[in-house]
Amino acid sequence: MSRRGRYAADRGLTTRMLLVVFLLGLLYVVGMGLLIGYGVSPLLVIVVAGGFFAFQYFASDRVALYAMNARLVEPAEAPELHGVIDRLCALSDTPKPRVAVADVDVPNAFATGRSPQRAVVCVTTGLLRRLEPDELEGVLAHELSHVAHRDVAVMTVASFLGVLAGLITRFALHATMFGGVGRGRSDSGKGNALPVIVAVVLVSAIVYAVSFLLIRALSRYRELSADRTAALLTGRPSSLAAALTKVTGQMSQVPTRDLRAAEPFNAFFFSPAHATGFSLSSLFATHPPLEQRLAQLASMAQAG
Amino acid sequence: MGLLDVLLGRQKPVPANLDALFALPAAGVGLQAATGLAPTGVGAVCIKPGEGAVFTAAQTEVTALLRLDEDTVVDQTRDAFGYLWTTARTGDDRLADVVTALHAANTTYERAGFGTSLLCSLVGFAGEVDGRQASVGLVYLYKRGTTYPFAPLGGEKRDTALELRVRAALGEDVRVEPDLSRWFPVWGAPGL
Repeated sequence: MSRRGRYAADRGLTTRMLLVVFLLGLLYVVGMGLLIGYGVSPLLVIVVAGGFFAFQYFASDRVALYAMNARLVEPAEAPELHGVIDRLCALSDTPKPRVAVADVDVPNAFATGRSPQRAVVCVTTGLLRRLEPDELEGVLAHELSHVAHRDVAVMTVASFLGVLAGLITRFALHATMFGGVGRGRSDSGKGNALPVIVAVVLVSAIVYAVSFLLIRALSRYRELSADRTAALLTGRPSSLAAALTKVTGQMSQVPTRDLRAAEPFNAFFFSPAHATGFSLSSLFATHPPLEQRLAQLASMAQAG
Repeated sequence: MGLLDVLLGRQKPVPANLDALFALPAAGVGLQAATGLAPTGVGAVCIKPGEGAVFTAAQTEVTALLRLDEDTVVDQTRDAFGYLWTTARTGDDRLADVVTALHAANTTYERAGFGTSLLCSLVGFAGEVDGRQASVGLVYLYKRGTTYPFAPLGGEKRDTALELRVRAALGEDVRVEPDLSRWFPVWGAPGL
């Protein structure tokens, strides 16, 4: 048994993660190149996109808590919950996040906040009601892993590209309607302008679509990473697997109205909320399928 | 966590610092002189139990190792959070013996591959403070290499004033945890 750790590094996951991050960076470069080549004032686009990005980055915790109607709880109000989080933070040597509880019967948990120092971990009363202590601990370890990996910041930066590409498309259409494309004003130049504009718009749209798919793929890999780190932290992959099975299974019994209300926030959640009958293509999913998550945890349990 | 770790979404399990525990005997002397709290001869190691037979074997090995000293009474109990407390009640009140026993337990767990599962160690103190019986534990955090005092009052209340006095009494001998938010309560810990 290795002195450094009981679980071997997962090279496949690391390679895929690196590839996705690289491709996103490449798209960013392509996007900026289009921008400058097109002649739109780079400063304006950067300022507007930067404004959206800054808002998302700084306000994510407050927005998420408000949307889920969650409230922060003190240690005296929820001693068991704080106790579990205290110990997990001591075990992983991370700062303790603020703790919130959402009064919702859908069993779920999420973590938000732009850095480990400004993080909030929220659980729903539905989750607290349904899970055993070791399963709850697995879920909390998963959320703390998101905090430690800075997933909110990473996904915000990654989605910045999508915003940027969308802005390029919008500015291209805007400039088209008012005419005057490029620097040349000669008559021969005007005849060629329209196909150029269409090409630029089309490429920007494709850039946006591809970035969207890549961001979804990145989200799935971050979820698997959080599962892995949580299992390493608690040393109990099976408890996390049990929690996953319970949460996903229980969600199919929750009344549809509650699920539909929770759906917009799927990217944040421990397990995505889907109303029955609403099928989602796997390319667009923010979370990996349950079978894939369980398979990873099972292989860790076998190795350990 | 470096940039590469953030990009790849990984966090290595934090290794335990086993050696800083040996600063406790010197600190205990200073503590006794300043507050009158004496070691009770009880030390406990708190570890997150892993799944499977490997951990159970390590647990058995630790129990056997500690029992080599006939005067030591060894207990393995689980607390409400599912953590395992390995308690050694040595016959005497010499802190050096308690710390040696704890170190033996720690290194056994670490060699078995569970070093990253070690949460904390606790060394018990008791005595009369301000006319009443007080019980204080010095909790050593493996992942930080720091110590903090914990003084329960019964019924999930803490004697924070006493804890701060103990912190002052510990002085320079031992690294006290500077971040007060990390002084998490260990309710129901053995030895208190």
